[in-house]
Amino acid sequence: MSVKQVSVFLENKPGTLNNMTKVLSDHNINIRALSLADTNDFGIVRMLVNDVYEATTILKEENFIARFTPVLVYAISDEAGSLNKILQSFTEADVNIEYMYAFAGKQRAYMIFKVTDVKKAESLLSAKGLKSLTQEQIAEV
Amino acid sequence: MERYFQQEIECAPIEKIKAIQNEKLPKQVKHVWDNVPYYRKKMEERGLTPDDIKSVDDLHKLPFLSKADLKECYPYGLLAVPLKDCVRIQSTSGTTGKRVVAFYTQNDIDMWEECCARAITAAGGTNEDVCQVSYGYGLFTGGPGLNGGSHKVGCLTIPASSGNTERQIMFIMDLSATILCCTPSYAAYLGESMKEMGLKPEDIPLKAGIFGAEAWSEEMRRDIEKVLGIKAYDIYGLTEISGPGVSFECSEQHGMHINEDHFIAEIINPDTGEVLPEGSQGELVFTSLDKEAFPLLRYRTRDICTLTREKCSCGRTHVRMSKPKGRSDDMLIIRGVNVFPSQIETVLLNNGYAANYQIIVDRVNNTDTFDINVEMTPDMFTDNVGEIQARKKVLEDGLKSMLGIKAKVTLVAPKTIARSEGKAVRVIDKRKI
Repeated sequence: MSVKQVSVFLENKPGTLNNMTKVLSDHNINIRALSLADTNDFGIVRMLVNDVYEATTILKEENFIARFTPVLVYAISDEAGSLNKILQSFTEADVNIEYMYAFAGKQRAYMIFKVTDVKKAESLLSAKGLKSLTQEQIAEV
Repeated sequence: MERYFQQEIECAPIEKIKAIQNEKLPKQVKHVWDNVPYYRKKMEERGLTPDDIKSVDDLHKLPFLSKADLKECYPYGLLAVPLKDCVRIQSTSGTTGKRVVAFYTQNDIDMWEECCARAITAAGGTNEDVCQVSYGYGLFTGGPGLNGGSHKVGCLTIPASSGNTERQIMFIMDLSATILCCTPSYAAYLGESMKEMGLKPEDIPLKAGIFGAEAWSEEMRRDIEKVLGIKAYDIYGLTEISGPGVSFECSEQHGMHINEDHFIAEIINPDTGEVLPEGSQGELVFTSLDKEAFPLLRYRTRDICTLTREKCSCGRTHVRMSKPKGRSDDMLIIRGVNVFPSQIETVLLNNGYAANYQIIVDRVNNTDTFDINVEMTPDMFTDNVGEIQARKKVLEDGLKSMLGIKAKVTLVAPKTIARSEGKAVRVIDKRKI
């Protein structure tokens, strides 16, 4: 199952990221994982939050541009070599990774992947024994 | 069916209009000669007296007035009646230097409001309509002009003024407004906001819009018409001559009829001042025939457009002016190239962006820098940086081919460019030349 990541457009200047986190904070939205892509003039914040619908609704109300992007999240053991191992499976399945980021939990680490064709990638990787996490599972992590 | 506010004059044979102008012009010149020493002196410098102006054919002999003259004469230098006969002033936004203050007698206001009434009627307005005026009220002529016109037509008038978008939408929906008068940028903004609220064009009671006071393109017209489910009409005017309603669009939506019983229009070569034949592109010049308090003769508008006397399907006979290609006040010369903001707007809309942009021109190391901030829209946003940059590149290429020079586009967050509810701040020129 793919997970809904929230992607937000931000201008690349002081304070814009903080303005966004202020909105989320005011509405008690918890950010579970976050990554930032930047260019000279704009950036895209990508994040997993505890309530994606609430988060996008309030961001839009505050004039941010936000949208859902499906991503795949896999749990790996928090030890040397485990990222290498999962990426090996991606290579073997010939799945191209557009970008990835990570967050570490108490017992395990969690890798978030954006791939071009989510459904296809998921089934190829599932055939290799990799099971992606659901929105609910992430909430419990 | 075409509607007219004053059919007899709006559809009069051209000979009749000419006769009216020939009768009014010498009287107006005499009025100015007698009461405005500043202009009298200009005439004397050319060896002219009122006797030299017998008909419209002599108009070209008269000296021009320009914004610089208005500046020099501020505030009372061009006033042609005693103050006790004046009942109102209006004033321009003053974006280019000193404010212009124009004076009105009650007759002046009646004439101006009649012009606006003609525009509202041409857009289909009758006394059955509910007309929401969302131009700013106050010194700006937009609100007071259309408000007066709406009264003259007998519409139920909602003097909403500008701003407070939520309230604007509430009135449109709750009172079933059928005509909206505002700036095109505000109409587009209202349309966007109503769409965001989930209102479809068929849910919106509006049927016509009268939009003016800033440059807008055909593409923008189509966008506004689509999102609001209306027919959008252009209206033109300037405070110096009266205000909105100097000319207006009819059902043909192809050029604006100039109220020739009140104003004579000429097209001149902006460099030489020579009068150009019908159909030529040049600077628009107005002579007001009926204004009592502030009667400008041969006032140079800085607007670049063309005039045509081709027969119009609406039945009106008054000459039509094209949408000004740009006010030469708006026109920027960047690296030697003429750039009109309306051209930029066209490219933005053609490439899927909204017409929300700001031009910033500066000079660094003796070279002009040309930046355009463009608001990101939900439709143009993707999670993919490469894709956003590729779209930006397409936009920059489009601008280059339209303008002939390269502009640097910066994508900015939505609603960060001041969208004004009076006039949009489209250009910031930081060059100190």
